[in-house]
Amino acid sequence: MMGLWIRMRFILGVLAVCSVVSLAAPLHAQPQVAPVNPDASAVNEQTLLQQVPRIEGRIDIPNETASVLIQPAGRVWRYFHEVILHWTGVIVILGMIALLGLAYLIMGRIRISAGRSGAKVPRFNSFERFSHWLTAATFVVLGLTGLNITFGKLLLLPIIGPEAFTSFSEAAKYVHNFVSFAFVVGLVLIVVMWMKDNIPRKVDIVWLKEGGGFIRSKHPTAGRFNAGEKLVFWFALGAGAAVSVSGYLLLFPFYVTNIAGMQIAQVVHSIIAVLFIAIIIAHIYIGTLGMEGAFEAMSTGSVDLNWAKEHHELWLEDEIAKGRVPRMPASASPAE
Amino acid sequence: MARMKFLCDAERCIDCNACVTACKNENEVPWGINRRRVVTINDGKPGERSVSMACMHCTDAPCASVCPVHCFYTTADAVVLHSKDLCIGCGYCFYACPFGAPQYPKVGNFGSRGKMDKCTYCTGGPEADGTAAEYDKYGANRLAAGKLPICAEMCSTKSLLAGDGDIIAEIYKDRVKTRGYTSGAWGWTTAYHEGIAV
Repeated sequence: MMGLWIRMRFILGVLAVCSVVSLAAPLHAQPQVAPVNPDASAVNEQTLLQQVPRIEGRIDIPNETASVLIQPAGRVWRYFHEVILHWTGVIVILGMIALLGLAYLIMGRIRISAGRSGAKVPRFNSFERFSHWLTAATFVVLGLTGLNITFGKLLLLPIIGPEAFTSFSEAAKYVHNFVSFAFVVGLVLIVVMWMKDNIPRKVDIVWLKEGGGFIRSKHPTAGRFNAGEKLVFWFALGAGAAVSVSGYLLLFPFYVTNIAGMQIAQVVHSIIAVLFIAIIIAHIYIGTLGMEGAFEAMSTGSVDLNWAKEHHELWLEDEIAKGRVPRMPASASPAE
Repeated sequence: MARMKFLCDAERCIDCNACVTACKNENEVPWGINRRRVVTINDGKPGERSVSMACMHCTDAPCASVCPVHCFYTTADAVVLHSKDLCIGCGYCFYACPFGAPQYPKVGNFGSRGKMDKCTYCTGGPEADGTAAEYDKYGANRLAAGKLPICAEMCSTKSLLAGDGDIIAEIYKDRVKTRGYTSGAWGWTTAYHEGIAV
């Protein structure tokens, strides 16, 4: 009995020591240097770099983040930032503008084919419009100040000179940092308000198959939002979340990530932002120049009855059924 | 003109941190910033080596090319310097630097960065050599006075070498031949695209 007890105590003791060691090990293993050949006279930079992407060690000063000795990935990130990002930005953004220009030249403005009825249907209330314009205004500010960080030195610096460009860019940096919070507020409001109207439905497939409103002979119907708007909504939600999260990782250095993490965050932030800008340029086009009667939905809050009938018939029927729109003669005839 | 480089002979570095202290003192480096640091690899294990690291004044420096405001410049001695008047504290050089050289005084809210600070190879900045304005922003300009960086000059084991790249490479090669082994010129391949073949 006594022997068993001693053996038990021994086993428990061993377990306790093991657990302490295993708990302590990750702390001591912080440099994360893979075991090197013990026969080698010393650790060697090239050998280490083949095993790990960056060399870390122990440092005496309190700044733990300085314990990374060498991280050659910085040069890779430089290549991304100076070559890949520049070309992606130019191709995606200018490509989208060219595409829209082409669409305008070929199709022109999408008119209300039945003409204006003169009757108005309320589409967005003032709070919805406030949320939209909060997001929109902050997006434009963030987009321009962000593009300045990547393209300013190529486009603006040669024109206004280094001192003026620095003053502008420093202000732009602070604006970008602080305005981001307002953008997130706007984005959250939009998502909460419009999520339920943006859930994909069967009509969306038909809408997409018929080419949206872009093929003149067809007038695919839609609910409050058509499939195109829904795509913009879900893209804005995903891209907005991605740029926000990656942006805050960069805004709070070393709170969550190390430098390697910040390089990835910057890649995500910039690539998503470039795509976001291109999509929003298309969104702006279709909401203003590209389609008659669309902009007033977000400016005055109501749309023409015939516009609603042509683009969002299911929604209009709903609104009428709910009594939000005075029942009109079935053929709300053109005003002319 | 010389092509100035740093070379830390890891066989000799004893992790005394005198280079770190001397640099802070000579350049009145801002609070919380260490332009030079000593990192110990494989601490307490066989083959442990300590390496003193600062800005390596890279060939084709990544910090300079990613800078959104072009505040970097390279001197005739191939020292990579920057203008604190032009720096906007965006942090890009610090993402790109392979050696963790750029650092920022913390100013204002959350991660707001002040003007970047880094090793100047004791060469001051864009202001006129040896002026008070230059000293205020960048610290000492020893090179203009014909002296090498203080960190290397006062290294007690002569582990840290500064000077023309070819000359310090020769000194290093001689050492390696004499003692018969080496752990390599740390950071050279990354910084200068070439190691030291012995």
